[in-house]
Amino acid sequence: MTLIVSDLCVDHGAIRAVDHVSMKIEQGQLAAVIGANGAGKTTLLRALSGLTPTTSGTASWQGHNLLHAKPEKLVRFGVSHVSEGKSVIPELSVEENLNLGALWRRNASEAKETRQRIFETFPRLEERSTQLADTLSGGERQMLAIGRALMAKPQLLLLDEPSLGLAPLVIAQIFQSIRDLTTRMGLTVVLVEQNAMSALEIADVGIVLNLGRVAATNSAQSLIADPQVRAAYLGY
Amino acid sequence: MFTFIDTVIIGLTSGAVYSLMAISLVLVWRSTRVINFAQAGQALLSTYIGYSFIGLFDSYWIALFFAIVLGAGVSALIEILFMRTLFKRNTGPIAGVAPIIATLGLLGLIHGLIGIFMGGKEAIIRPPVSNVGYTISGHTLALSPLKLVIVSAVLFLMISLSFIFTKTNIGLALRASAYSPEIARLAGVKVDAIRTLGWALAGAAGAAAGMLQTPNGTGALSPDSLEFSLLLVLGFIAAVIGGLESLVGAVIGGLLLGLVLAFVIMYVSATLPFMTAFLLLLGVLLVRPQGIMGRKVGRRA
Repeated sequence: MTLIVSDLCVDHGAIRAVDHVSMKIEQGQLAAVIGANGAGKTTLLRALSGLTPTTSGTASWQGHNLLHAKPEKLVRFGVSHVSEGKSVIPELSVEENLNLGALWRRNASEAKETRQRIFETFPRLEERSTQLADTLSGGERQMLAIGRALMAKPQLLLLDEPSLGLAPLVIAQIFQSIRDLTTRMGLTVVLVEQNAMSALEIADVGIVLNLGRVAATNSAQSLIADPQVRAAYLGY
Repeated sequence: MFTFIDTVIIGLTSGAVYSLMAISLVLVWRSTRVINFAQAGQALLSTYIGYSFIGLFDSYWIALFFAIVLGAGVSALIEILFMRTLFKRNTGPIAGVAPIIATLGLLGLIHGLIGIFMGGKEAIIRPPVSNVGYTISGHTLALSPLKLVIVSAVLFLMISLSFIFTKTNIGLALRASAYSPEIARLAGVKVDAIRTLGWALAGAAGAAAGMLQTPNGTGALSPDSLEFSLLLVLGFIAAVIGGLESLVGAVIGGLLLGLVLAFVIMYVSATLPFMTAFLLLLGVLLVRPQGIMGRKVGRRA
């Protein structure tokens, strides 16, 4: 019951974006993948959910091969991906965005129950359930994007830069929710973040990517304490 | 007075058929973001299919059913064979327009094939119900049972398609796949199948338009008939006037166009309808670029 990535390589034309990355994330863990812009974080995540074709290597979740599978199929294996930049559909209402995440289950009463639980986590979404997603603030959109992913009742949640473009206070709130959800729902989470400190603070383990390679892997606390990591990624 | 009422009736009926054509263009646009110029060709093909079934079963209604079902099938096949491939393989600078231009090619192809196989033959579809107008105090109105059937068929299709789009899970999947295929896919929607479904629905609406239009006019079916050129051009104009996004807009656009053209033909000149349609299109676009029912809100990132 783990996410195992070994020797994964992804090329963008002549550029190797992910270079022989291996990692192992245990079930129930929240793993932060941190690194500078262009370190290959997003590419790694997109490869894991079938959005980007890979060059070599393997990745598996609970025995399912993650590579060469369509994203719509991975959802059915319990893998949900929240892509970069508040992945909501602005032309649909908040409720429709949420319902979209559970359509494939074809079980309306279960979807309603799941939606109610998501509203308990993010009450703002319930207040705005009939509004178009276009009218939401950045933070609310991120909540909606995560909520939509949770509607699929995933076991593995892939989050791409949820802090992008958000105010510090909102980031703190959303990261706290991510931590709570992980613990409460027994999720396994891969959180890709440029905001290294916020991510490591809520994570169990951390993986530092540099130019597509794994530069360091350790428990989140050790990484926060590591002088080299502090200097390079935490800014002090 | 009777001339006025008749003009309104004729305008609304032909407008209803333009609406149906506009609906099929809107369906393709809403589900795949493609403007399907081949739609009139598909409608013509479906009508020929319907014509063959009239010969087989001697019933317009059974033929209408088969024309709609097979019209949907042909449309789905076009999406699978051409649009899907173009959508996936095209990432260059013309990625957005390539499928649209391909539909122009398809229009020519379908037209040519129909010409080869059916060109010389005389094909007539007789009205399934009387097209003789009702008589009120000695005057025969333009309103006939056939025109009532056409108008109610269009209203029924508009209402049921709107319901499917806004109230059902299939409709939600259709809209999500059109607005953002990647997010829909991540949410677990089988986007490829949904896009095919959108085309199939459009093919069905187009087939209904062709099968209703033909007996309402002269009844003669020919690859070069003016009626099908009108269907393409006027259906397209009606869809754009209506805002291209909205089924209700398509119907309003179609009815408006039908009325304006009927009045121009009746009171001004029978040679002007094409020009009038284009003037109306330009006028609406200049005053309301988003169309009658289109919303102005742009997408935020």
